[in-house]
Amino acid sequence: MKHFILVLGVLLWLALPARAQDAFTAALPGLAGGFGDIATSVEQLGTAGDPRALPLLRALQEGKLQKAPDGRILLPQGADLADAATGQPADAAGAETVRLNNRVRQALRGALGRLQLVSPDAAERAAAADAIFRSRSADDVKPLQTAIARESDAGVRARMELALAAAQLVAPDESAKRDAIARLGAAGTVEARALLLEARTANPGLITAIDVSIASIERTLSLRQAAETLFQGLSLGSVLLLAALGLAVTFGVMGVINMAHGEFVMLGAYATFMVQEACRGIPWLAPWSLPLSVPAAFLIAAAAGAALERGLIRHIYGRPLETLLMTFGVGMILQQAVRLAFGAQNREVSSPPWMQGTLMLPGGISVTQNRLWIIVFGIAVLLLVVAAIRFTRFGLEMRAVVQNRRIAATMGIRTGRVDALTFAFGSGIAGMAGVALSQIDNVSPNLGTGYIIDSFMVVVFGGVGSLAGTLVGALTLGVVNKVLEPYAGAVLAKVFVLVAIMLFIQRRPRGLFALKGRAAES
Amino acid sequence: MTASTPALTRRSALAGLGAALALPAIRPAFGQGAPIKVGVLHSLSGTMAISETALRDTVLMMVDWVNSKGGVMGRKVEAVVVDPASNWPLFAEKARELLQVHKVDVTFGCWTSVSRKSVLPVFEELNGMLFYPVQYEGEEESKNIFYTGAAPNQQAIPAVEYLMSKDGGEAKRIALLGTDYVYPRTTNRILRGFLKSKGIGDADIMEEYTPFGHSDWQGIVARVKRFAGEGKKTAIVSTINGDANVPFYRELGNQGIKAEDIPCVAFSVGEEELAGIDTKPLVGHLAAWNYFMSVPGAPNTEFKQLWQSYIKNPKRVTNDPMEATYTGFRMWTQAVEKAKSTKVDDVRAAMIGQKLMAPCGYEEEMLPNHHLSKPVLIGEVQGDGQFNIVWKTPNAVRAENWSPFIPENANRRR
Repeated sequence: MKHFILVLGVLLWLALPARAQDAFTAALPGLAGGFGDIATSVEQLGTAGDPRALPLLRALQEGKLQKAPDGRILLPQGADLADAATGQPADAAGAETVRLNNRVRQALRGALGRLQLVSPDAAERAAAADAIFRSRSADDVKPLQTAIARESDAGVRARMELALAAAQLVAPDESAKRDAIARLGAAGTVEARALLLEARTANPGLITAIDVSIASIERTLSLRQAAETLFQGLSLGSVLLLAALGLAVTFGVMGVINMAHGEFVMLGAYATFMVQEACRGIPWLAPWSLPLSVPAAFLIAAAAGAALERGLIRHIYGRPLETLLMTFGVGMILQQAVRLAFGAQNREVSSPPWMQGTLMLPGGISVTQNRLWIIVFGIAVLLLVVAAIRFTRFGLEMRAVVQNRRIAATMGIRTGRVDALTFAFGSGIAGMAGVALSQIDNVSPNLGTGYIIDSFMVVVFGGVGSLAGTLVGALTLGVVNKVLEPYAGAVLAKVFVLVAIMLFIQRRPRGLFALKGRAAES
Repeated sequence: MTASTPALTRRSALAGLGAALALPAIRPAFGQGAPIKVGVLHSLSGTMAISETALRDTVLMMVDWVNSKGGVMGRKVEAVVVDPASNWPLFAEKARELLQVHKVDVTFGCWTSVSRKSVLPVFEELNGMLFYPVQYEGEEESKNIFYTGAAPNQQAIPAVEYLMSKDGGEAKRIALLGTDYVYPRTTNRILRGFLKSKGIGDADIMEEYTPFGHSDWQGIVARVKRFAGEGKKTAIVSTINGDANVPFYRELGNQGIKAEDIPCVAFSVGEEELAGIDTKPLVGHLAAWNYFMSVPGAPNTEFKQLWQSYIKNPKRVTNDPMEATYTGFRMWTQAVEKAKSTKVDDVRAAMIGQKLMAPCGYEEEMLPNHHLSKPVLIGEVQGDGQFNIVWKTPNAVRAENWSPFIPENANRRR
């Protein structure tokens, strides 16, 4: 009898993993089927508890899993393929990649989440917790509780607890559910509110508790939304500032109505593209291509600006109508020249990793990285312009020529050279704006046309000739635009801003920061 | 493409000059009759140049192709290229120039609906023939136009049905985002009617429009995120056109909107448009078309090889409007051969019922309503900028240019 029990025990012990393996092999053929079959198989593999499931599912996620014409599933092993069921090497003839769709990706995220909850890598555990939060089911409660008990990283544990709350919300335990509702309410995120709203219809008994939590989330969200709108406004403002700064020099200081300004911005964006292509072959240089393109864009646009000033504009100083028409024509020539040289298609300027994705600020405010960097870049360029005008000899000569050309000339300043340098400087700044715009807009020959009106608007609104006016004008327009947008829509918000500026200019023709004194009279 | 532009203008100028002087040209291979003239009315400058230059090249490629096969009815085919410069009234002027000065036998052209609406009266007045190769909002039928792109029931409605299906993610709320002009507004009106018929009410539909070339999508994408966080599975239907797409998709990627959570299906984004974007963050987002470059089969391989060898660049992509141009051109040559005439009235009669095994892998037929029967394909964006076809109709779908989801069409005969 004792022997019998022992034998039975051994048999059972042997049978357990065998059953797990059966579940694994039973799930495999589904992977060769349609998307629905693949999703079912993935779910089975996620709960089969077989160690071979994790590498298999990872290979599927990376698009490396193959299916043979006879329906066997092949897993890459080094350079070769192996039969996933037997582990034996298999021949790759006629094998096709197992394809994914969104339904499979969803199932895959949940299954991988369950399997990676015990991963030694903290980042993977955190990703697993987030995945379970999204795919949650009542079965996740137990494994999450064990994982939380073991977890040493506080950040990962917080995410696991949130996932646990999400799972408890769909589990039958009523008191755990109440607890989960309170914790989700405290989390204060859009995702938590989505779960609560979903649970609201399924749990009529808990509606009051759920509503309390939702109301608390909504309070946090409205504050956060205000902060995010402000950030979006500042970001749009910094883009406007960058586009307008060059014009603040060429139009604001020199008084040249340069309709080709947008095309200098476009040249800067293409310079970024060219630097990126040049750096592509050199691995250690490639990550630095974006910072490197800042001086390159400055020089290319400045050279184009100097050529335009020396070749054309200097002959028609003081004749605004001719300047306007001629620079407009130059702009069109530049556009078509770039279209002939690079083609009408958009050029891809990729973003470095540090400019991708979203940054979470304390308080749950999320800001996109690329926008954040553009704000920083805008401020840096503004400081550079201010410093160049205030503290360099070139800046001093420039101010002297603007204030009184004749006296400056009698003091030995070569005014023609200063004109050329000033115009080149303004154009170069436009080129630097192009580097930033290549990160958020199309790099196409039309890039500049979208910004020329906005740039003039900012400079005129802020006050011609005043850098502080340009800064305040750009930020005001950006924030007002973004605050209006949710109520009026993107099209009407723009119209409102234009009308407001027209009214404002009627009352204060010299803009926000009007120059005073003799310079303003001339 | 770039190198050939000056030669083209010269050629088209010479074509006019040659016709005026009536010089006996040397045409050894094509003995009988004057050349057949094909007008090309696509923008080569301005905002639409990005999309339309490829269509000009497609028509020129087809002209070369048909000439290498001995022409049409043994006569040489000659292209007359004009540039309407993305300027809608100029489209009408250039159309008049093609018909009256160059006396073209057929014209391939237009992309935006507004440009088509601008040339339509000209083609009707002078009895010309226009092949329009782009998917559009329907609600139009002219005896002088053949529409080789999709009508709404061949693109928009099946795409939304897919989003609501199990495979598409069972969406219960829809955000309709579009550029502010006639195509997105009409399409969204049709879709609203369709969604209502499926039990999705106004509270679960969000509709937003932006100007052409809109580049600041932060606010709208953030609002879509909030809209999606209200407890029901949400999907985006995008009728965003042209340049605005690149910043839109960048913003989707940067704000971390994954296709598993909020899939976005686009009606105006093809392989050409994706060429300017890093597509890795966008994997899984969708596009609905009647053709993808990744369609398997011999007709597509032939089409792709023809294009890449014509353009001398093995990396250039093909897209849906190019395929529609190709199909339209081949059907036109078939119809001319059948009618044994290039007269508009004769060719029009011969066009109806023309069939072609198109590069999309299905046999397409020109219907009496001047639209094509077409299959509907749904593709997912892949990391390499191509589409992976995840769903397709079993057969080619017959075009309904008058949508049953617009109440005013109830009394119209269908």
